[in-house]
Amino acid sequence: MNTTAQQTAGAAIAAPAGAKLAKPRYHWFVIPGLLVTLAIIIFPWVFTVWMSLHEWKLGGAAQWVGLRNYVELASNQRFLESIWHTFYFTAVAVVLPLILGTYAAVVFHREFPFRGVLRTIFIMPMMATPVAIALVWTMMFHPQLGVLNYLLGLVGIGPSEWVFARHTVIPSLALVEVWLWTPFVMIIVLGGLAAVPTEPYESALLDGATQWQMFWRITFPLVLPFIVVAGIIRTIDALKAFEVIYVISNGGPGTASETINLYLYSQAFAYYNVGNASAVVVVFFAIIVVLSLVLLWARERAKWNT
Amino acid sequence: MDAVFGNWRWRKWAGHAGLAASLVVLLAPVVFVFFWVISLSLKYDIDNTAYPPIFIPDEITWVNFRKLFEETPFFLYFWNSVQVSGGATAAALLLGVPAGYGIAKSKAHSMAVLMLISRMTPGLSYLIPLFTLFQMIGLIGTVLPIAITHIVITLPIVVYIMIGYFESLPVELEEAARIDGCTTWQTFLHVALPLARPGIVVGAILSFIYSWNNFVFGAVFAGRTTRTMPVAVYNMLTFEQFAWGPLAAAAIVVMLPVLILTIFIQKEIVGGLTAGGVKGA
Repeated sequence: MNTTAQQTAGAAIAAPAGAKLAKPRYHWFVIPGLLVTLAIIIFPWVFTVWMSLHEWKLGGAAQWVGLRNYVELASNQRFLESIWHTFYFTAVAVVLPLILGTYAAVVFHREFPFRGVLRTIFIMPMMATPVAIALVWTMMFHPQLGVLNYLLGLVGIGPSEWVFARHTVIPSLALVEVWLWTPFVMIIVLGGLAAVPTEPYESALLDGATQWQMFWRITFPLVLPFIVVAGIIRTIDALKAFEVIYVISNGGPGTASETINLYLYSQAFAYYNVGNASAVVVVFFAIIVVLSLVLLWARERAKWNT
Repeated sequence: MDAVFGNWRWRKWAGHAGLAASLVVLLAPVVFVFFWVISLSLKYDIDNTAYPPIFIPDEITWVNFRKLFEETPFFLYFWNSVQVSGGATAAALLLGVPAGYGIAKSKAHSMAVLMLISRMTPGLSYLIPLFTLFQMIGLIGTVLPIAITHIVITLPIVVYIMIGYFESLPVELEEAARIDGCTTWQTFLHVALPLARPGIVVGAILSFIYSWNNFVFGAVFAGRTTRTMPVAVYNMLTFEQFAWGPLAAAAIVVMLPVLILTIFIQKEIVGGLTAGGVKGA
């Protein structure tokens, strides 16, 4: 009561007086943060593009080579394969969390005892230190002594080589990423579910709809925009995934799990091949931007259809 | 009537069973990984490399934790991490809270686009130029360059959360303050800032967590004495491939602070307030 009265009174005073007051200016609040952001984003960008046009090993002198770094990348087999590895990893590390995260959101949206505690446990993976988690999975993946092969044996499935074989390494690494980031999707979809009105369900129940029908006909269309947002952010993050791959397989065996980011890291900080690495950064960023735009476009399309 | 009632009861029971089964399926992988790292850290190495694996040992031991702190300067790494994440979070609050206020009030959402771009930028792309720059100025080998680069992670988180928080505050109080003659700056300092304290706490904790968890920036910039915790743990992995006990103990020591902090802000995290701010760079 009291606050409402205060608010009304405040508004009543503000309305006539507001016209006389000068429009408040807020640019000084933003400028310091903006300057720092520009310094740590724009400066590296300009520098990166400049370096990508040079042949430069750290410590030596930079030599202008024009677009040669880019031309060489186009025929660099190792780099082209790393693009394929990145897409493969990203597909698994986006689709599975979207399905599991949506499922988890529907479950955690219901009321049940200990919901708060169980939900907190469920979000722990996305808050835990990725390097530490990657280390635990490294021990679990061990082909002879690892606990995962033992668990597989319990349910009658033969042992896997996990991250030690070329054909299983990328799905295995993606599995860790799924474990880490499913809660993130859950949180975003949960936010969507909170905004869903209850009326459609009430009338659907009266019409004798099953739970399954209600999910696909009512819930899913309403939270789809949230799932798409989660999908966009997840795609960006999965393309840039680094820790899990670097710690567990370091791009191996051979280069079987070397993603763009891993290739970039080895070029820049193992070979100090700064010119080439900078060209990789520019191409990598272009790939991320294009994919994000495609997904944003898909989101607009999804909106028009509903 | 009786049939309907029975049917209703059966459906209710089936609903409970279904929910319980779903919870088990969703939580089992989470609980198991955490259980397993705790189990590894409390067992002797003979038990850790036994096959079939020993889940709950007959005798638990703290030797792995003792070894960790005796044989590696883990307190130093802990202190490095506190300095880096604390410094980067402080800087982010100093710059990001006013920026969030300014953006929320002037509805300048083009800043949000800049943040989306910063999220799309691969973290490694900051590193090459900054590494070169820091080497020229001679900052490599101190915690300062690591803390500076961590602003890339902390600032977007703080700005994002503060925009959301300041937008949700009622405007009447600030208008009243301005009518009483407060300048924009005074209004911010004496009215908006105290009201936004809960948001600031959440932003600070969240940016601290993600700075603490970051590995790449530390891996590139850290020298032997300036390693952050994740970098130190990674180094242990490369040198002690089969000492699973101490490795698991190290993993727990690194994660424990952030998992405890998470409990304090779990409501805000699940509430979606922070969803876009999570994992900035």
